[in-house]
Amino acid sequence: MKKSILGAATMAVAALTLAACGQAPADDPTTTDGGGEETSAEGGETSDVKACLISDAGGFQDQSFNQAGFEGLERAESELGVEINSIESASDADFAPNIDAMIQDGCTYIVGAGFLLENAIQAAAEANPDINFGLVDSGFSDDDFNPIELDNAKPLLFNTSEAAFLGGYVAAAMSETGTIATYGGMAIPSVQIFMDGYVDGVAQYNEDTGSAVQLLGWDKEAQEGDFTGDFDNQANGQNLTNTFLAQGADIILPVAGPVGLGTGAALEANGSGAMVWVDSDGYLTTDYGSLIITSVLKEIGASVFDSIEEQVNGSFSNEPYVGTLENGGVSLAEFHDFEGQVPQEVVDRVGELQEQIISGELVIESPNAP
Amino acid sequence: MTQDEGPEKRGAAGEPVEPHDGERRADRDPADPENLQSRDDDQPAPALTTSSRMQDALRSMMSSSVLITVGAVVLALAVGSVLILAGDTDVQATLGYFFQRPGDFFGEAWRAISESYIALFQGAIYDSEATTPERRIRPLTETLTIAAPLIFAGLGIGLTFRVGLFNIGGQSQLVLGAVLGAWVGFALNLPPFVHVALVVLAAALGGAIAGAIPGVLKARFGAHEVISTIMLNNTSRYFLLWLLGTGAFISATPQVSPGLAETARLPLLLGGSFRLHLGFVLALLTAVALWWLVERSVLGFQMRAVGANPEAAGTAGMSVRKILVVSMALSGALCGLAGAMQVAGTEGKLTSSVYGTIGFDAITVALLGRSRPFGTVLAGILFGALAAGGRIMASRAGTEAELVTVLQAVIVLLIAAPPLVRSVFRLPEPGTSRRRVKEATA
Repeated sequence: MKKSILGAATMAVAALTLAACGQAPADDPTTTDGGGEETSAEGGETSDVKACLISDAGGFQDQSFNQAGFEGLERAESELGVEINSIESASDADFAPNIDAMIQDGCTYIVGAGFLLENAIQAAAEANPDINFGLVDSGFSDDDFNPIELDNAKPLLFNTSEAAFLGGYVAAAMSETGTIATYGGMAIPSVQIFMDGYVDGVAQYNEDTGSAVQLLGWDKEAQEGDFTGDFDNQANGQNLTNTFLAQGADIILPVAGPVGLGTGAALEANGSGAMVWVDSDGYLTTDYGSLIITSVLKEIGASVFDSIEEQVNGSFSNEPYVGTLENGGVSLAEFHDFEGQVPQEVVDRVGELQEQIISGELVIESPNAP
Repeated sequence: MTQDEGPEKRGAAGEPVEPHDGERRADRDPADPENLQSRDDDQPAPALTTSSRMQDALRSMMSSSVLITVGAVVLALAVGSVLILAGDTDVQATLGYFFQRPGDFFGEAWRAISESYIALFQGAIYDSEATTPERRIRPLTETLTIAAPLIFAGLGIGLTFRVGLFNIGGQSQLVLGAVLGAWVGFALNLPPFVHVALVVLAAALGGAIAGAIPGVLKARFGAHEVISTIMLNNTSRYFLLWLLGTGAFISATPQVSPGLAETARLPLLLGGSFRLHLGFVLALLTAVALWWLVERSVLGFQMRAVGANPEAAGTAGMSVRKILVVSMALSGALCGLAGAMQVAGTEGKLTSSVYGTIGFDAITVALLGRSRPFGTVLAGILFGALAAGGRIMASRAGTEAELVTVLQAVIVLLIAAPPLVRSVFRLPEPGTSRRRVKEATA
């Protein structure tokens, strides 16, 4: 026993020693200074824009919402040559001090990733009129529910129900048990708008084919349904998914950022079933690609990037950006592993519906639409 | 430790008692069979006793000296340095050719560590890089702002430690305090000072109710407070989520309550550009009051007696059950006040995660403060400094803010293992010389 540990330790030391025998790089002042200035050196044209992003409690590795925003920020750094910074929040109480830390750091454009930052971004925008702000997924409102506009803050919104409609249609078509289910992270408009779209997509499929696929977890009329309570506890997603599986559902549509990974774990343990991912292409970002039929994409990254580009060009406006199927701000991802399994007539019909939505012939109604 | 020992040697009436009291036992080896024996045989109320092992562990943590605490902080910073190196890609790059040019590695390592810890300091105490004087001193005010709820909750948790209870339910007590405080703050219309005072009292009441529940469950039915408080944490979390979508708590923003009235907010101490509010002063005053209560009052003596040995306290005629419930309610009230710091202090509204991790951080604060009010104040300020500094460290040096959580955990871990710290810093065994003196005089 002791000998084997000793042997392993010797091997480890030897491996580390050998690994440290590499060639030193040629002397180059830019590699040794290592400070924060190198961004301006490589970005080509430089600008005095410093774009900064603040996450919600999901963090930047949530394989979903915050991550998408962060990718847009990084793209702005490499393509626009802007300085960037970012900070993660662990709870609501972090929002205001994190925004302040970014202001302290000299940011000129600060984006809050997510609806939950509304109040904090609004307060910061009012207190710092010389700094521009962006807010993903929410507009601003006063104490009496009335929407307001701020001169220096831009909402980045998405009419997600359009793409979710198509996702719901596909999910309904792919269900073998005739029961599918959705759930949200928190009961907020940017989540519920997905679920509204799913409900209508399933209804459309039932109308087209005369079948009776049932959607558990969301009642569009009453605006009531199942929520895990937050965007970080994956165990809750797993438990809720198991409940749905027990009720006969075979396709799950989580709208809960990283909590949806709990659904992946539950499906994997269950051995059958599939899911529809949200925000980013789950086939590429999660480890559950083989379980993901498609994803309802919200181009948060592109919207963040575009709004930073506005800053660089000096064309900032406080007019909201609204992502739709038409402008590509929302879309349905590829089927990847399910490519051959989705029947051709379903693929064709989805293409048809998409055209109808873009042309305005078909309007997906949602009380949560921007 | 030394200043705390004075009151320990005095009885309720203030007369000197034998030095062989409960506090001294903590200095002994917890595995000492004699030490366990005295508590294990002849238990009149078995449902009321926490396992003696847990109590011994608590006691040994409470008795570790100031030197151990300082040593633990230093060691934690050393552990943190290793983590900073492990997470820094520039440092990793130099490791690849370590034998060819080791200077690069040490240079980069020094840069990474110093950059992180300097940013931590700048974010916690004084920001030398800021352009305006206000911005320069802002970090210290942030530290004290974050410390206020930690001190309140830490005092609450520490109080139960003194009574031999483990209150893991700081979160639930904080939530209920925040809920009641927020409701009084936005639903009632009252004149300025009365309003905020009522908010604070309501928060204390809410916390006391949430604390009394596990207290009663333990005193009446013998339910272990660790289990019932943890369960209440979950219950209160979902209660809050439900409440934020219900009745008076609905506002323009889902999952956020209406804002508290201006009259219900704790006044800012340094004007609008700083977040520091009256709550920090209240926390200091509460610490003094609590010190008096625990160390000087009859109730405090009874609490400590129950903490030292519930059977003996019962035999001496104290109502152990009453003390348990009162201690839990008092502890809950203090945690509820931490909730008031959030809703009436920094946030101004009730949100679904307004409690953050304060209820859990408070456990480590209480352990680090050795359950003494003044130690808890210092520990709360240290944790506040780490939290405030971690933010700037993350934004300026790119070191993950989670490092701060690791530092906090390592500090407490080391305090739980005093012999380890002693052996690293070659500190003397506690009590070795002192005990001999005491035994000679006895």
